[in-house]
Amino acid sequence: MIAIKAENISKQYRLGQVGTGTLTHDLNRLWHKVRGKEDPYLTVGEENDRTKSAPSDYVWAIKDINFEVKQGEVLGVIGRNGAGKSTLLKLLSRTTVPTTGSIKIRGRIASLLEVGTGFHPELTGRDNIFLNGAILGMTKDEIKRKFDKIVDFSGVERYIDTPVKRYSSGMYVRLAFAVAAHLEPEILIVDEVLAVGDAEFQKKALGKMHDVSSSEGRTVLFVSHNMAAISELCTRGIVLNNGSLLFEGQINKAVAHYQNSGNTQTSFEHKGSLDLAVGNENIKILKVKVLPLQKEFLTLSSGLAIEVEFYNNKPNINLSIGIIVKTFSEVVISELPGIITQNKDSRKGVYSIKYEVPPDLLNAGIYYINLLFGEDQRHVLYEKQQIVQFEILNETIGTNSNPIAGFLRLNRNATHQFLGQYES
Amino acid sequence: MEQNHEKWDTVINPSSGWLDIRLYDVWRYRDLLWMFVKRDFISVYKQTILGPLWYLIQPILTTIMFIVIFGNVAKIPTGGMPPILFYLTGLTVWNYFSSCLTKVSSTFLINANIFGKVYFPRLVVPLSNVVSNLISFAIQFGLLAVVAVYYVIFKGYVLHITSYLLLLPVILLLIAGLSLGLGIIISSLTTKYRDLSYLVGFGVQLLLYATPVIYPMSYIHGKYRALLLANPMSSLVEIFRLSLFGVGTFDIYQLLYSTIFTIASLFIGIIIFNRVEKSFMDIV
Repeated sequence: MIAIKAENISKQYRLGQVGTGTLTHDLNRLWHKVRGKEDPYLTVGEENDRTKSAPSDYVWAIKDINFEVKQGEVLGVIGRNGAGKSTLLKLLSRTTVPTTGSIKIRGRIASLLEVGTGFHPELTGRDNIFLNGAILGMTKDEIKRKFDKIVDFSGVERYIDTPVKRYSSGMYVRLAFAVAAHLEPEILIVDEVLAVGDAEFQKKALGKMHDVSSSEGRTVLFVSHNMAAISELCTRGIVLNNGSLLFEGQINKAVAHYQNSGNTQTSFEHKGSLDLAVGNENIKILKVKVLPLQKEFLTLSSGLAIEVEFYNNKPNINLSIGIIVKTFSEVVISELPGIITQNKDSRKGVYSIKYEVPPDLLNAGIYYINLLFGEDQRHVLYEKQQIVQFEILNETIGTNSNPIAGFLRLNRNATHQFLGQYES
Repeated sequence: MEQNHEKWDTVINPSSGWLDIRLYDVWRYRDLLWMFVKRDFISVYKQTILGPLWYLIQPILTTIMFIVIFGNVAKIPTGGMPPILFYLTGLTVWNYFSSCLTKVSSTFLINANIFGKVYFPRLVVPLSNVVSNLISFAIQFGLLAVVAVYYVIFKGYVLHITSYLLLLPVILLLIAGLSLGLGIIISSLTTKYRDLSYLVGFGVQLLLYATPVIYPMSYIHGKYRALLLANPMSSLVEIFRLSLFGVGTFDIYQLLYSTIFTIASLFIGIIIFNRVEKSFMDIV
């Protein structure tokens, strides 16, 4: 059974100062409609790339997206900022309509990003449960039946007849979440907004999500930047990039696609004329790739291989290369040295170098690679900053799914034993 | 199984026909309507000393002001009714209209926050405004009744109970419908053209003077009469007073005009509102 079916959905937005010139646009639109012509503003508009400026004021936040979600499936929605995730959620939760296409839904949709919507500070917790529940689509009887469970889950029983403006922010969120969690929708949308809560709250939320999908057979759409959580919880994924669907399929492959979809890529490969390749008169960079040693994508335990191919234009020198791995905050993790020729016997042509970084060494995070080519290990032949960027995904250790501090993650080999009672 | 695939609970489309209005959805969310009414009512007097009494202070002070300015200074007749009763009656019914209209016409702007997050039939909000204003109307109506009883007992004022009294609920319904209809038209248009929200505030104030609240209908003659007749609220206020105290004029064509005006504005309002509620999040 298919729970959600999206067919060719697109959403167009107008950039700039909305409100100025809308009347003339409206009239123009109407004029075209009267003559039976197409909406003139639907034809303009381009791919939603924030970094480039474009002549048109209209952009497609999402364009021609098709996907299906089966009942009971946990679908991960992945994409960078501006990829169109939020727009997709807005369409699904019916707060706005698509410009073209249609979405068909079987069952009630609720989303955990609406936690606390419509809470009124002057009303008591009790009244707010009823108000919020009604906003989310429950009937009064339904809320009455679940009332005790909601109060119990929230743990604010003592304050239930106090206006919520007196609540601590934690109590507020717990009560709000409790209502949403008991809505029992057929389709649940979980946004990464959840990530703002404390660890306990996150665990509760993720746990609830897990229950909902596995034991109750509900459909879940999970939107997050936390690839570790995504790959752990989801079965399938869709990857959005600049408003279009990049990939739909098995979650691990989706995550791998995501890693390759950023502005700075995990791989760089030059094809075509040598003159056009990145480099200078001495060196041309042909290929830089960061690949997992095991598994399908880069995680703590996958290890990674760095492959570089370049063209050397200087014969008979002592050629060396430095592959510098830096963190996002510009801290150098390591400079992997490579002396390619030692006896002034370099040759014109393509060289290839490969390094391996073992599993369970680098911590989760985003890293850059700089390349440095030298002669006699002294003169710089060519230097290229940030040629590729790669991200190592976190993995859950014990029950902690949050990334832990540090550049290195060496804790796997720790040994521990119980030494007995303390004796002075 | 294949056939089953075509049975969807919700289909989200770009924009369906103009008349694709799901009033049934509104009915399904009737519990929400009551919750909104309750919220509106409670939140008004929370943390005030006088509480719901505030609903009375405004009409009392306004009535006193009207007596001084229009009764004593301008000496406008009140059709034989004691001025207090005359003004209070007009104000009670006018307040219901004006507070409904102003509240409803800000539906989208005030609730943008909720509307942006959850779907529910948006019409529930303006409907709940009309209902919750009925509570303040009831309170002010109570005040009117108390004053009337006082006049009957202590001043020997004779109440003329006529069969027009039966029209009272009809008048109320028409006023509710009219303010709802006009309000949702304005609120739909304000999403795009914010200018209207400024217009409504003083527009309603000005309309008061084109409505027989501070003068009886019979007082106006000549060229201004046409203006008075064009105002759909005129006959409603006049008949409201007539049904309670037997003072005023009744014109069936006037009532018919107001009724048609109300139905038309409701009809147009619901269509526009239905249209706007789908996409207004992109505009606001």
